[in-house]
Amino acid sequence: MAFITANWNPLGDAFYRKIELYDMGWSLRDGLKDCMVAAAPYGGPIALLRQSQRPSPSARPQLEIYSSSGVSMASFPWKSGPVRQLGWTVCDDLLAIQEDGTVLIYDLFGTFKRHFSMGNEVVQNQVLEAKVFHSPYGTGVAIVTGASRFTLAMNIDDLKLRRLPEVPGLQGAPSCWAVLTQDRQTKVLLANGADLYILDNTSCTPVTPPGLSPQACSIINMAVSFSYKYLALFTDSGHLWMGSTNLKDKLSEVETKVRSAPKQMVWSRRPKSQQPSVVLMWDRLLLVAGVCKETIQYTLDEECVCVAELDGVRIVGASRHEMLQEVPSACEDIFKIASMAPGALLLEAHKEYEAASFGKCFLSNFPPEPFVSMCRDLRVLNSVRDYSVGIPLTHTQYKQMTVQVLIDRLVYRKLYPLAIEICRYLKTPEYQGVSRVLKHWACCKVQQKEEPDESIARAVSVKLGEAAGISYSEIAARAYECGRTELAIKLLEFEPRSGEQVPLLLKMKRSQLGLSKAIESGDTDLVYTVVTYLKNEMNRGDFFMTLRNQPVALSLYRQFCKHQEQETLKDLFNQDDDHHELGNFYVRASYKESKLEARLSLLQSAVDEYNKAKNEFAAKATEEEMKLLRFQRRLDEEKGEALLGLSLHDTLHALLSANYHKQAEQLYRDFRVPDKRYWWLKLTALAEKEDWDELEKFAKSKKSPIGYLPFVEVCVKRHNKYEAKKYVSKVTPEQKVKAHLAIGDLEGAAEAAIERRSEGEISTVLARCSPTTDRALLERLNRARSTAAKK
Amino acid sequence: MSAHLSYGRVNLNILREAARKDLREFLDKCAGSKAIVWDEYLTGPFGLIAQYSFERQMLNLEKMFTLKGGRLPTADVKNIIFFVRPKLELMDIIAENVISADKMHSPRDFHILFVPRRSMLCEQRLKEQGVLGSFINIDEYILDLIPYDSDLLSMESEGAFRECYLESDQTSLYHTAKGLMTLQALYGTIPQIFGKGECARHVANMMLRMKREFAGSQTQILPVFDSLLLLDRNIDLLTPLATQLTYEGLIDEVYGITNGYVKLPPEKFAAQKKQGEAGKDLPTEPKKMQLNSAEELYAEIRDKNFNGVGAALSKKAKIISAAFEERHNAKTVGEIKQFVSQLPHMQAARSSLANHTSIAELIKDITSEKKYIYSSPFIISVLVNGYFLSDAASEAFFDNLTVEQEFMTGVDTDKVNAYIEDCIAQRDPLIKILRLVSMQSVCNNGLKQKVFDYYRREILQTYGYEHMLTLNNLEKTGLLKPQTSTRNNYPTIRKTLKLWMEDANEQNPNDISYVYSGYAPLSIRLAQVLARPGWRSIEEVLKMLPGPHFEERQQLPAGLHKKRQQGENRTTLVFFLGGVTYAEIAALRFLSQMEDGGTEYIIATTKLINGTSWIKSLMDRPEAQTL
Repeated sequence: MAFITANWNPLGDAFYRKIELYDMGWSLRDGLKDCMVAAAPYGGPIALLRQSQRPSPSARPQLEIYSSSGVSMASFPWKSGPVRQLGWTVCDDLLAIQEDGTVLIYDLFGTFKRHFSMGNEVVQNQVLEAKVFHSPYGTGVAIVTGASRFTLAMNIDDLKLRRLPEVPGLQGAPSCWAVLTQDRQTKVLLANGADLYILDNTSCTPVTPPGLSPQACSIINMAVSFSYKYLALFTDSGHLWMGSTNLKDKLSEVETKVRSAPKQMVWSRRPKSQQPSVVLMWDRLLLVAGVCKETIQYTLDEECVCVAELDGVRIVGASRHEMLQEVPSACEDIFKIASMAPGALLLEAHKEYEAASFGKCFLSNFPPEPFVSMCRDLRVLNSVRDYSVGIPLTHTQYKQMTVQVLIDRLVYRKLYPLAIEICRYLKTPEYQGVSRVLKHWACCKVQQKEEPDESIARAVSVKLGEAAGISYSEIAARAYECGRTELAIKLLEFEPRSGEQVPLLLKMKRSQLGLSKAIESGDTDLVYTVVTYLKNEMNRGDFFMTLRNQPVALSLYRQFCKHQEQETLKDLFNQDDDHHELGNFYVRASYKESKLEARLSLLQSAVDEYNKAKNEFAAKATEEEMKLLRFQRRLDEEKGEALLGLSLHDTLHALLSANYHKQAEQLYRDFRVPDKRYWWLKLTALAEKEDWDELEKFAKSKKSPIGYLPFVEVCVKRHNKYEAKKYVSKVTPEQKVKAHLAIGDLEGAAEAAIERRSEGEISTVLARCSPTTDRALLERLNRARSTAAKK
Repeated sequence: MSAHLSYGRVNLNILREAARKDLREFLDKCAGSKAIVWDEYLTGPFGLIAQYSFERQMLNLEKMFTLKGGRLPTADVKNIIFFVRPKLELMDIIAENVISADKMHSPRDFHILFVPRRSMLCEQRLKEQGVLGSFINIDEYILDLIPYDSDLLSMESEGAFRECYLESDQTSLYHTAKGLMTLQALYGTIPQIFGKGECARHVANMMLRMKREFAGSQTQILPVFDSLLLLDRNIDLLTPLATQLTYEGLIDEVYGITNGYVKLPPEKFAAQKKQGEAGKDLPTEPKKMQLNSAEELYAEIRDKNFNGVGAALSKKAKIISAAFEERHNAKTVGEIKQFVSQLPHMQAARSSLANHTSIAELIKDITSEKKYIYSSPFIISVLVNGYFLSDAASEAFFDNLTVEQEFMTGVDTDKVNAYIEDCIAQRDPLIKILRLVSMQSVCNNGLKQKVFDYYRREILQTYGYEHMLTLNNLEKTGLLKPQTSTRNNYPTIRKTLKLWMEDANEQNPNDISYVYSGYAPLSIRLAQVLARPGWRSIEEVLKMLPGPHFEERQQLPAGLHKKRQQGENRTTLVFFLGGVTYAEIAALRFLSQMEDGGTEYIIATTKLINGTSWIKSLMDRPEAQTL
């Protein structure tokens, strides 16, 4: 404990420390000499391409992949072309950029995944240098060719090659260059001698860093910070210029007194850094040059590689793996000599009482959550930093990368149990945590070719069991990709979301099953999708047969056809011998015809179908309709009436209004119109015409089947009380009160009501009496009501 | 605007806020100025979610258009966003819009927001039309259940009943299940699900399946609902056919309420104008009023039987009048100040009272000549006119009601009804006829073949043969059908469930039958019996109604079991698949308020319906070409 500050070195106001992360587990006979090395940030894996020991033309280099602690993950002889550059993607895939511009992608375990090319012209000109970079768009690759041209691929997962404009006067490779992402644009910054250029999509712009020491003849190395915000340039005069990448501000310039080009140069900053610095590495020397112009020097006893991190620099050597960083202010507060910061006091207390969390009790209003979550984080970090796992994350890096990504990384490394353990420990919702890990495990499991389908399916189902939110369809899709269709189908059976099963089933040509699953999901849109798919896939007969066995799909398809494909609808009904629906179909179609003959012929088809369906009523009604249409046409032709298309009732009304009583009579008989309705019709038509004489004649023609109250009402409606009165006497006794009231004859109504001794009717009349004008009547009625009530 | 949503037993404003948030998020995706092109049907429901004036400013919304064919109206905006239901015919219109806009070379970004769900079928259609690539964003706005009031949710899916029961298209049921899942995500898992009917079963199945599918992602929320009751509309075809007799129900029957608004004839409201404007002409535009529980008076009277509304209004009038009189008692400055501070509230109450008096008056003209509304000094002006004028209308209403009640009590349902005959002969509106005939059929468990054919023939002859298709639809959905067995179950059902109560008390109801002045809606009786004593007591009747009845339990995560306080009511969500009427809602609210009821109800439905809108949705009217 006391020596915790032993490896601290002051730099300006801050301290830098170099701590050992691992004693490397690998055994490299010649160290990192003659090795091409690529180490991924965030404590990622390390790839080495080692030249063969025996310098013979047939000997192949060896590609090796290790964890950060030097545990071997893969090793195989490199059989492809000469490699210019190795790099890691954001999802821990290895990129090997070959001289001919081909980029090969391998996973962590050295399994080849795919390849792509940086362009045809590269094959001839060859790649001189290449860089792998990361941006918000993903992992990108930049190359410079023998023709001194740059090509960029912004995102290797969505490959779009961009050939950048020519750089004037550039021969061969530039003296140094870097990729930077600014304002959502990716650019190349390059130095050709003392000239500095920015190369973007359209142009090549010369730039000058403000205040760069004039002694320099050439810029021989450059470094861009992790965040792309800061730039460092090293000149052949031994000056290190530090500033912003937009080249507007200069932070500092340090004279290193070393004139040879450093092997590597990286920024070392941390969020809220007090004293950012640039770390330069030569063969035996590591120099930390702070913005304050002070430097720290370390001697290196072996070949090393620097890896830039968010909050420092890792130094990987053959025997040791170290972290160099600015001491975080919290640590500084605690451990700085004679510090009186709360943390330092707490540490003292801990030494005395062996329990740091005691101190909490003395804090009022301190929410416990940060303490608890920090303890959890530390425990997770300790477990992944373990030698066997080998992910040396700092807390800052961990927070930046998020637990989600950490879990992903563990999953890529097939460290499933640890991943699950962490998910459970952090109480990550099952859906995002354990289930996700298990899914990856299962996806990996289905690729084990030697195991039979049966046992894999069983193993998967047992392990995944009831785990929430497992997407079996994704696992099945993986199995299908590996050519294991049967296994895929077996796995799909476990998928609770029927909807999810459908696309894969269609892909595997199991469309019938797909249809059942779509129906099961209840998602009608999905059913439609499968039906559309089937329609294009199958011949019509089979398609119809399939639908026939799936009523839900059939009725949906019918709906679709009703709006979109009338003819198909007919075929569907035909196939099912659904004559009733066919009849309806023709009826519907008939209304779309504007020619009478066409309409009649369709109606005839409808009649035939209704007859086949033994739907006597519909057949007859349709026949009647045809008869009516023909009648209307005849009359329209003869009399010039516009009857065509009216209903029977309206036709009659029109005829009666136009005094075609004979024709009306004929229709009435032919269509067996009930007497009651005919009387109503004629009554209304006559009253509307105010043909009172005809009405009276009609009333006397025979006994009215609808009584005579309608006569009274119809006249009143036409404001003819005089005519109305004629019929009051003919009204049945039950309706007398109503009739009298209709013509406004209160006396008469009262008379009738009292005569009938009906309490209800008396009340009705009473309600209509006004207390001022009908006083006598009121009294009479009231008396009568009380007598009626007594009974 | 939405405060009233938070006052109920369940805070439905949470749902509204969630919906609003989603909307914002989508609109935020389209950077720059925007114009929205609306599928007209959606504007009503959206109005209940978003306040345009507010949202407009927040989101850089420049213009709103209604979706129609041809060219888009000009608007100087960067983004054109189509808000549409996933219907193929709408896709064709959109394609037309986009193609004509492309010709004009305007650099605009197009987006589509599907409500309530995106559809591959529609996207396929856009692809066929060659415009799919023109859209920057294609997204869905999951708006299944829209809060209409503090205890009422509707999907406002117009064709739901028709699709489910006529066309076997269960799309709306899928949306229902999804909507219920959303609800559970916000208000916790509903531990018990009851249901009756085929569709109910289907929805419950989908819910259980979806729960399995989403297992693990569910949030840990203490359940707000104790149970869910899913009811198929087709187990109770009778209720919507009957004329609703509650205040709100009658407003809906007479004027139609859409998305919480009613349009009224303006004449009656003229009197309320300020005196300064008296000289102006009568307004000719219909008066549009929003009806919900945010209005105190409306909340009080909406569910009363119309015959009880007059008394309530008059009581209110007295209170308000007394409150205004208080000013004479206000002597000190302090008292006057207090009086003045209450003025805005009092004036709002007074104007609300005047409005409802006018509405009640309008309805009274149509419904009743016998009972009139007690007048107060404030409302006397509107009461003078239209007493005798409305005779004919009110008589027709009364006769209609009499026939309905005869049917419901089982009088002469097996014969041709003379009143219906007369109505046909006088060519009354077809929907009225269909409602009555259907009612007779339902109350008789199907009509005798002879009666059935007679009515059908009368209808075809009078209204036109094209209505054969409509009659077919009614037959398929069981509304108007021939008797297949000689046994008529309806009387048994009526007696067992006490669907007819002779002595319904309209003023101070003691039973739900007050909402139809005697008839207790079957659907609500089922809910009532379920709450107490349970469905086991009516197994026989349940078997007579179509479809299975069932009970499902959903496992709650440990620690979320509700510990009910002594005397705390249960909360039940009743979901009507295929529509619910305002009278039924009133009946459920009545049950919620019963002192010893023990259950409070939240109501959800695919659509708020009444007999007219319902029958209309089932009609097939081929648009005939003129010959």
